[in-house]
Amino acid sequence: MSGRRVTGRAARGRLRRAAGRGLGFVAWRLLQALLVLWAAFTLAFGVLYLLPSDPVTIMASGGGEATSVTEEQLADLRAEYGLDQSAWRQYATRLLDAAHGDFGASVQTGEPVRRVIAEALPPTVQLTATALVLAVVGGAGLALAATYTRLRRLRQLLLSLPAAGVSAPTFWVGLLLIQVVSFRWGLLPAIGQDGWRSLVLPSLTLSLPSGAVLAQVFARSLRTALAEPWAETARAKGASRLRVHFAHAARNAALPPLTVAGLLLGNLLSGSVVVETVFSRAGLGRTTAQAVGAQDIPLVLGVVAFGAAVYVLANLLVDLCYPLLDPRVRAGRAVTA
Amino acid sequence: MSGGRNGGLGNAAGGGRSNAVGSGPGNGRNNAAGRLLRRGLRSGLPPGRPWRAGAPSGWTGRVRFLLGRPGLALSLLLLALVLLAAVAPGLFTGRDPLTGVPADKLLAPSVHHPFGTDQLGRDLFARTVHGSSASLRAAGLAVGIALFAGSAVGLLAGALRGWVDVVLTRCTDVLLSIPALLLSLAVVTALGFGTVKVALAVGLTSVAGFARLMRAEVLRVRAADYVEAAHSLGVRRHAVVLRHVLPNAWGPVLVFAAVEFGTVLLAVSALSFLGYGAEPPQPEWGALVADGRDYLATAWWLTTLPGLTIAATVLAANRIARALEREEEASVR
Repeated sequence: MSGRRVTGRAARGRLRRAAGRGLGFVAWRLLQALLVLWAAFTLAFGVLYLLPSDPVTIMASGGGEATSVTEEQLADLRAEYGLDQSAWRQYATRLLDAAHGDFGASVQTGEPVRRVIAEALPPTVQLTATALVLAVVGGAGLALAATYTRLRRLRQLLLSLPAAGVSAPTFWVGLLLIQVVSFRWGLLPAIGQDGWRSLVLPSLTLSLPSGAVLAQVFARSLRTALAEPWAETARAKGASRLRVHFAHAARNAALPPLTVAGLLLGNLLSGSVVVETVFSRAGLGRTTAQAVGAQDIPLVLGVVAFGAAVYVLANLLVDLCYPLLDPRVRAGRAVTA
Repeated sequence: MSGGRNGGLGNAAGGGRSNAVGSGPGNGRNNAAGRLLRRGLRSGLPPGRPWRAGAPSGWTGRVRFLLGRPGLALSLLLLALVLLAAVAPGLFTGRDPLTGVPADKLLAPSVHHPFGTDQLGRDLFARTVHGSSASLRAAGLAVGIALFAGSAVGLLAGALRGWVDVVLTRCTDVLLSIPALLLSLAVVTALGFGTVKVALAVGLTSVAGFARLMRAEVLRVRAADYVEAAHSLGVRRHAVVLRHVLPNAWGPVLVFAAVEFGTVLLAVSALSFLGYGAEPPQPEWGALVADGRDYLATAWWLTTLPGLTIAATVLAANRIARALEREEEASVR
């Protein structure tokens, strides 16, 4: 890390080359992200429209209830949703519309899917953002504490916590929290959404699996970093344990957890389906659960595409952040960490 | 490390043959492989099962191995019990999971009803025991689907290379670009509800991981000398893949199946909790927790105990998977 002092013209030349490569890199990554998004949409379309089932009968029956729909009405519905056309044509129209942000109308309410998602989004953003902060703070804190402590018992205990966190079903943890914190202790509201007090339990529940994964990845990379020769060197030069741990090792060990950030964001978003159901909160997750229950195919397609977009965007941001955080990537060398 | 494990411990015949073929770019590795092979034979390890290389042999050895790891022993015991409950629920409870005694409704856990009773007077322990069949079957089916489909895709990609590899790898990447639960929900939306459909939905989302791992393993094994030797002896390509590459590549993939089991069980339970699993009277673990939601304040056992069963099973499965993984890593070194 240190000793990268290059002076004068050579440095400027290198910077310019890196910038040129960087711009190409950004454009290439953007293109890649668009391609992945297109492929994800295609997959979701394939799953929802081409699997051996009849969307119209599903939509007409509205999730299992046997209602009598005549053949004529079915044909009308088919025409309305364009399902009487060939699969390729349907796909092309859907894709073109989706590219313009139009995902059709929800079968349940007839509202445009885009508006349904936009209206349901704010509480879910609030929930997932809080959960993300909790997961990062909790996961990183746990990993740092577990690798820093010298007490063997405490370390073992701390390192075994993430395994338990990964194994516990989110819905169960949420219900346990409601039972203990809300009903027995009467501290926080069990359901609903007014103010920060109702946000505590859901975001805590949602953050648990992601925080556990983060803690596992970070603890592992911290241990690797602390065993590196440069950590030894820093210690030999008289840096305190605290300084080596936080200033040297933590910075270098932060890259592997960053690579799973996209995955975690996707998990948080899909986890909101369960958590919002448990805590009876309005939001995108609850909307999704209802849409699946009513087999509202256009709405589900919109949500899945949205989820893929979030995941792709998060990964794009992580990739673009890499050169800023790791000089080795900037210098065009492979990251070995 | 390259090629050492399989060249040495795994495919004894192949290793020997590649020594006989002799001259080639990988001669140094042959020696390393031969050394490993000899060491493996001296310690009396059975050839052909590379992922078992680190395990102690013999019953006494195994028991001693487990006694030193009480957590692992407990996990194995718990998982064995749960599996037994799934196969033969009658061994654990004589009560009917579907019919209840209305007079006995919402009883707290006691000797008669270890898990208490629900709002209809049904014994919750019986429901949990009978529910293990549906939940474990769904999880097993999902892992099976992912293992089979993923391995097939990975094997094809790794063995054929070229454009097939590119196309298949891109396809698995796409599977990873949609958050797992959302993709499962999409499949459930299209197929409808039920245990098998949930299993299908969860299985599909796990295909990509298996495909990636199998492809990487196949590529690693392909580079081994005994594969080269088999090729040079004139063995047909598909025979080489099936007889030499596949048996040496599937060890880590099987371990990964164990690792995935816990995750898959959680996903299946979550979908069941959301109400997309078995039809209501039939017990299923996730649905049992969901049923207890309305009685959170008065009957804590209705959600706590079935949920605890899920968590304990997943924890046990993960613990066993981690032990297998360690063994796998140890056998690589």
